Amino acid sequence: MRFHSVVLSVAALAVGGPVFAECGIASGSVRILSNDFEALQILNTAATTCASDTVTVTTNGTTEHKTIQVPALTANPAEYTVAMVANNSIVPLLAGGLIRPLDDLVAKYGQQLQPNQLIKIDGKVMAIAFMANGQHMVMRGDLMKEAGITTLPTSWTGVMEAAATMKEKGILDYPLAASDAAGWDLAAEFVNMYLGTGGEFFDAGSAKLAIDNDQGRLALQTMRDLTQYMPPDYVTFDTDSMAQLYRDGKVGAMNNWGSLAGTLIDPAKAMPVVAENTVFAAAPTVGDGTIPAAALWWDGFTIAANITDADAEASFQAMMHAVAPETAAAHPNSAVWLIKGYQPGPAAVGVVANATSGARPYPMVPWMGLLHETLGTELADFIKGTEDADKALADINAAYTVAAQQAGYIQ
Amino acid sequence: MGPSLIAMFLFMALPIVSIFVQSLHIEHPQVVIVSETCQPFGGCVETTSVDAAAGAKLRAEAPLGQFNGFGTYGDRNHLAFAEIGIILTESAGLGDAVSRIYNLPLYRALAFTVAYTAVVTPLAMILGFLIALAVNTLPQLFKGTVIFFSLVPMLITPLVGALILYWMLNAEGILGAAIQGLFNDPNLSTRTSAPLTWVTLMTYGVWTNAPFSFIVFYAGLQAVPRETLEAAMIDGASRIERIRFVVLPSIKPLVLFVLLVQLMDNFRVFEPIISFNAASNASSLSFLVYSSLNTQTTQLFGSAAATSMITIGFITVLIVPVLLRVARDLSGGKT
Repeated sequence: MRFHSVVLSVAALAVGGPVFAECGIASGSVRILSNDFEALQILNTAATTCASDTVTVTTNGTTEHKTIQVPALTANPAEYTVAMVANNSIVPLLAGGLIRPLDDLVAKYGQQLQPNQLIKIDGKVMAIAFMANGQHMVMRGDLMKEAGITTLPTSWTGVMEAAATMKEKGILDYPLAASDAAGWDLAAEFVNMYLGTGGEFFDAGSAKLAIDNDQGRLALQTMRDLTQYMPPDYVTFDTDSMAQLYRDGKVGAMNNWGSLAGTLIDPAKAMPVVAENTVFAAAPTVGDGTIPAAALWWDGFTIAANITDADAEASFQAMMHAVAPETAAAHPNSAVWLIKGYQPGPAAVGVVANATSGARPYPMVPWMGLLHETLGTELADFIKGTEDADKALADINAAYTVAAQQAGYIQ
Repeated sequence: MGPSLIAMFLFMALPIVSIFVQSLHIEHPQVVIVSETCQPFGGCVETTSVDAAAGAKLRAEAPLGQFNGFGTYGDRNHLAFAEIGIILTESAGLGDAVSRIYNLPLYRALAFTVAYTAVVTPLAMILGFLIALAVNTLPQLFKGTVIFFSLVPMLITPLVGALILYWMLNAEGILGAAIQGLFNDPNLSTRTSAPLTWVTLMTYGVWTNAPFSFIVFYAGLQAVPRETLEAAMIDGASRIERIRFVVLPSIKPLVLFVLLVQLMDNFRVFEPIISFNAASNASSLSFLVYSSLNTQTTQLFGSAAATSMITIGFITVLIVPVLLRVARDLSGGKT
């Protein structure tokens, strides 16, 4: 977790020059809370250039933002004015009434925004999206060729056959990797797989869980079958450590985030042979399906409710400056931007492929977060191989139902 | 007497009462409405969302939440009375019943917590006592340095010490590779196997808890009556007999004190589980409280409070025998 807090008003004075003229903010305090990956670091840095002698900008980019945001924004005045969110982290903020509608701010300052950037709940704009994200297939084209595979696999069955061939020919002892560390990443693996089967997580309109079916079992079985091609401590892999393994040339194929795709093809960060031969594609399909087994995510920002209107306006202006078309133009490989004028680069291939092949968005219902957390703990035994799929599904059902009752979603 | 009673009331009794009251409540039922959600993919669809205004109104009226009585104590995430009943009537034999009970979160946490306490407490005390005996026989020149190094496990921030050990146990780290070589199994990983994880956590526990026993026993050894020791030596008692019949009885109150403190401390084991990323293999009661509160969705205060009260209950049961022994010794004038 990195705590990166920068107060630049004094620094801006030292640098000199009318910095405030760039952002046009009269005065206010901008306090940003975000996750910690490259695209958000870029936006945080861009927002801090709005600091001046009347405007203070502080940023906190941490992987713990999801646990911090609700208590921090519940305080009055809120500890942060801007909370960067995604499909899942906006839901607790909405449920607690912790963010404010942005319609009038959009009308005043949001001319640069495209219609699909406006996240509307019940007719009101509650967030501005600036990038799309998702986990997609990342493969070593050279190792596939060496194993004699001419058409790259598009289904998980195909990926496993390719892995078996690579293992047989001694190209890699453990060709595959997946983020099976207990917790958020393991749950995300299941969510991705289950979305690929086309199933629904809950009964329509209710919080009652509906994954105890053939699709749930197929998703679980596929996850388990993949582990036979992974290094023995696969239960400690999260997406960052897996990406590092890939950059070190130890992985043949994996599903990983589009937001770090740029680091995998950057010769300064990855081994040259890896950077040159990495191929991105849509996430593989599961079973006989046609839907990529991955969720589509959007990342955006929201403005806190428990702050002064002046701070809200200043924060919105600072964020408009940060998500201006210039940012997307300057950093085309850092994310799949939803910003006007963005042309997808080589790092965006996977996410764009997901979107065009019909991948489904991560569900934005209020109880999805509870399911995600339950999956993170209950799937640990299953993925290690000490529990079977039926028992795992029964445990998930029981644990989720209790959690939903305690949180008030099921009476 | 007065000030300490007031302090105990303010800082111990009141917080416990407050937690107990919290444990009797759960979150208000969420008011859910159907609304239209528009996002970059898939356009606008009808989804359900929470009516934040209605929820805020409920919370303003009754901030503690909805009264649930002792319901939280008996639900699946705590003592699971209903589930245990079903398991005991339906299960096929003792092994099946045990494995199904072990599947319940609190009982799994209890299993590791009790095992950890039962193993680490005596081992740490014995190790501390042996180190104290050894240091006591050193020449004055070396005593200071050796004492410092014996205290190092307690000086290092627990999280940092655990992380160092965790990375050494990585399959590519010194200890991890050594263990793989020792058992001649390249697939062996201490992180994936639950028994090995337990052993790792307990070893870490002994390593960090030994210094506390060491320092208390070392101080106690200085107060052993020299005349009795010399008399025993003259009578021809061997080293072990001297320790057994002179040293140990004189430090018995210290042993009870250290036992009491270690039992309470070890029952609250929490940091190693975080530092070793061992949550999937080992869980503890404190870790359950942490997971209830460190959520990315709704913080479950009622659940955390109930687990805390259950922990207090178990610790009380654990230390009552020791407390009775201390009380009896004190009133019998044996110290």
